[in-house]
Amino acid sequence: MSGTGARENIFATRMALTNTKLRLKGAQTGHSLLAKKRDALTTRFRAILRKVDEAKRKMGRVMQLASFSMAEVTYATGDISYLVQEQAKQATFRVKTKQENVSGVVLPTFEVDRVPGSDFNLTGLGRGGQQVLKAKEVYAKAIETLVELASLQTAFTILDEVIRATNRRVNAIEHVVMPRLENTIKYIISELDEMDREEFFRLKKVQGKKKRDNAAAEAQRLADAAERGEEPQEDEPEAEATEDLLSSKDNDVIF
Amino acid sequence: MTTSFKNRNLLAVIGDEDSITGLLLAGIGHINEHQKNFLVVDSKTQVSTIEAAFQEFTERKDIAILLINQHIAEKIRPTVDKYSQAFPSLLEIPSKDHPYDPSKDSILKRVQKLFGE
Repeated sequence: MSGTGARENIFATRMALTNTKLRLKGAQTGHSLLAKKRDALTTRFRAILRKVDEAKRKMGRVMQLASFSMAEVTYATGDISYLVQEQAKQATFRVKTKQENVSGVVLPTFEVDRVPGSDFNLTGLGRGGQQVLKAKEVYAKAIETLVELASLQTAFTILDEVIRATNRRVNAIEHVVMPRLENTIKYIISELDEMDREEFFRLKKVQGKKKRDNAAAEAQRLADAAERGEEPQEDEPEAEATEDLLSSKDNDVIF
Repeated sequence: MTTSFKNRNLLAVIGDEDSITGLLLAGIGHINEHQKNFLVVDSKTQVSTIEAAFQEFTERKDIAILLINQHIAEKIRPTVDKYSQAFPSLLEIPSKDHPYDPSKDSILKRVQKLFGE
């Protein structure tokens, strides 16, 4: 018996065999679909990986520039950090989130959403106003880069997670579900064969018994006939019964 | 996981004074009654304060991106490395005194690992 490996605990019937075969087919389809999904995601993932790497390096440069312009401001205006921290009220630099769909996975992307106006209209009014304005612009540019990087990174995190889940599913189907179904099918087939053989054996046994009984009955009859001193003459009708059907024309047969 | 990003539109910062000032100048500062979206870290700031701010910013529902200076992220590195949520997305940024070191970035570390290096 194919009792090797895990199989499902079902009763071996032809219907169960059909069902299991259908399920195996379903599992194979699902497996190939998931594998395709995984490939699509991985392609996307690789592209994003490269971009993340680039963007991170770019961010390093941009932030350096921004720090430099901040230093200019400090040189021209003096320390404005306290002032700025106290005057910040409402964010004018916000992000909007949009969605993008990559083979059934929703990836958010951030977009810069700037509201005109500023909390810092008076900063640098006395001196260094130009530097402050410049720093503002440079930092805004830097944050744009950061936002871009953030969407890449979010996509990276989500894709990473989804790819892992998909991989788990692909492997589960390949190494657990499909072998189990195959084992079940093997088991059912072997059980059915076994039943067939049993049935055949049973029929043979029955026939053997019948033959024996018939022989016994015949012997009995012969014995009885011998006792009465007669010759058995009842072979004739039996011979008629086994006559060839094709040679005789039956009236009921129309064509 | 991906359902709760509609209302997120703010940026938050944990950083040193200069970085914060610059970012605020660009207009990311947002203060309402009892909470602000930035934390100024100097040499006297306790690690526990940074941790608390990090927790607060990552749990707030209106923050899309959390920026943190890399040298500050170093101080709470275990927490940062453990952080794996998609939202808010965490970005380590360089500061004036500490140039960017890609080898320390928690995301880039994973990138490197995935490239098999």
